[in-house]
Amino acid sequence: MRFDDILKRREKAVKTRWLNLTLDTYPADSSGFLKNQKNQFLNPVGNTISREIGVLYRSFLTETDPETIANSLDSIIRIRSVQEFSPSQATGFILLLKRAVREELADEIRSADCFDELQRFELKVDEMALAGFDAYARCRERLFEVKLNELRRQTSISLARYNRTGQQSEQLNDS
Amino acid sequence: MSETPTPEELVKVDYKPPRKAWMDSKPEMRRGVINWSAVPKNVEYLDLPFPRKWQPTDDDWKLPENWKEIILEGMRDRLKRFRTFQIFMDICVRCGACADKCHFFIGSGDPKNMPVLRAELLRAVYRREFNLAGKLMGRMAGARELTVPVLKEWFYYFFQCTECRRCSVFCPYGIDTAEITMMARELMNLIGVSIDWIVTPAANCFRTGNHLGIQPHGFQDSVNFAIDDLEDITGIRVDAPVNRKGAEILFVVPSADYFADPHYYGFLGYMALFHEIGLDYTFSSFASEGGNFGLFHSNEMMKRLNSKIYMEAKRLGVRWILGGECGHMWRVLNQYMDTMNGPADFLEVPKSPLTGTVFENAKSTRMVHICEFTADLIKHDKLKLDKSRNDRWRVTFHDSCNPARAMGILEEPRYIINNVCNNFFEMPEGTTREQTFCCGAGAGLGTEENMEMRMRGGLPRANAVKYVHDKYDVNLLTCMCAIDKAVLPALMDYWVPGVQIGSVHELVGNALIMKGEKKRSNDLRGEPIPGKEAAEDV
Repeated sequence: MRFDDILKRREKAVKTRWLNLTLDTYPADSSGFLKNQKNQFLNPVGNTISREIGVLYRSFLTETDPETIANSLDSIIRIRSVQEFSPSQATGFILLLKRAVREELADEIRSADCFDELQRFELKVDEMALAGFDAYARCRERLFEVKLNELRRQTSISLARYNRTGQQSEQLNDS
Repeated sequence: MSETPTPEELVKVDYKPPRKAWMDSKPEMRRGVINWSAVPKNVEYLDLPFPRKWQPTDDDWKLPENWKEIILEGMRDRLKRFRTFQIFMDICVRCGACADKCHFFIGSGDPKNMPVLRAELLRAVYRREFNLAGKLMGRMAGARELTVPVLKEWFYYFFQCTECRRCSVFCPYGIDTAEITMMARELMNLIGVSIDWIVTPAANCFRTGNHLGIQPHGFQDSVNFAIDDLEDITGIRVDAPVNRKGAEILFVVPSADYFADPHYYGFLGYMALFHEIGLDYTFSSFASEGGNFGLFHSNEMMKRLNSKIYMEAKRLGVRWILGGECGHMWRVLNQYMDTMNGPADFLEVPKSPLTGTVFENAKSTRMVHICEFTADLIKHDKLKLDKSRNDRWRVTFHDSCNPARAMGILEEPRYIINNVCNNFFEMPEGTTREQTFCCGAGAGLGTEENMEMRMRGGLPRANAVKYVHDKYDVNLLTCMCAIDKAVLPALMDYWVPGVQIGSVHELVGNALIMKGEKKRSNDLRGEPIPGKEAAEDV
């Protein structure tokens, strides 16, 4: 059996392990909630990660539009880049897919002797991790733009008034 | 394969946080997740103790030598004075009903943001000092000594609670965790540990009557600018009196309404409405702030800052008071004002001069919420409205925590919105009405330096907005709270780009057909109303 077939056949088990490894990066007292509360509005973190990990996993099985992958990465990393994680921790969940695959599929990979394919798969995971780092950088940059925009909003009405007063004074001086 | 390094060894990342008991893990104070300390000159201005230069990121907070005694004495005093505090310290059975209800917990995954555990930070010290089992058995009985690291944890987590009270909705005992936060903040104030975005607005408010420090002539200027802007848009020059004695109604707004974007468009809406119905009202340049950051500081500060409202109502000789769109302002006005600074026996029970409706609900405070007032006008068919002027907006409504949970104003804003626009979409159940999710930046936490924490706390709200944005193309999130209007734009900017924030009365002002108005080609934002120009030119 080829590696891709194993990955497809064992999708649920590997995906679940990847998800659990990712949610275990949160404190132990919280990861239970993140795993078990299935209402997407009461648990946006757990549900977003769960949903998007599914999309990312499937991108290894079938050809997927790069934008779909980028959006999925963005959805997860947008959350993790404002949480209590370092940059490597925020993006490192992608590399946990390698661990999930090795732990979950070790016997099957060994018996199918498909190490070359495993290596190619892991290179793809590495590429995804780099794309994840791009997403992280974009999110952090966005955060600073958000701060800047807030400052602009705080002063916009005062500045408009100031400018109008200035124009009125000029008109008075001209007349 | 066994010799291949594991991914962790390759990138040296600690994926799994070490498992520690809650008493042993310590927060990291860093920019992004904390608020700066109070500026000493404003601490002094308010006669508060121990003004000094320090920052939460410093190792040494320059605490007074006897800081611990001061806090414990403060705790003893408050346990005697406030029965709720004593009960809330004793009664919790740690059932966990509140645990997953806090927006900060949901958005951060930090267990100490579970309301039960946040309160436990205070309860553990209470047990150690005021409870026999705690004194004898220490940590085994959930007790711990008050130390500098514990104090720092208090600061970190009690300035992470927005006092939104969502958790209290679910508590079977009715424990109000916001009140526990209030007590913790009061205790920290005693040793000069507070944040600037509470103390400085409070000092401004004490000096000038509003959080922004705008003096009476500045207030008058702001109103004049609004009159000009409204004339540009509608062609009508309205009268908006300030400090006019003998008016029937005193109108009090949060100061952001006349100075901040997008609040200001709602302010224009109020003025258009009052002109159209010929309301006999006045602003006060001293009661120029309905908001009250004293609520986030201490009950004494809240009372001090609130007193101007009844005083101005008395000075101006009005019959009753009307209040604008604000959140925490209404918690103070509705729940505390009459007992703090009343009785308001010099005022009359509010009665709408247009409809004759008597606002029995405001019998004690003598102050009516603008949404109650406007909903009543619409109900009695007193306004001519053109909903289509708001057609560029696909609208949803965020129940602001305090009007929803502290006042129960749930239907009035929806009734108004449905009467002034054609496209209204509710966010999902469990995220609105009394279970509404907080903006994540109330109670003094809406600062630039706290932006990461705000994004975490606001995630549950933003997530529900994203749902209606994706499903129904919603592009306007309306609300009736000045803090919401100040902080939700940033939240949307990060989580749901493409959604703007607006006031309920901005939509009212847009839809309102005014007698003698010019053809409206622009809305209250000064932006073109799509289709209107072409249609009206034909």
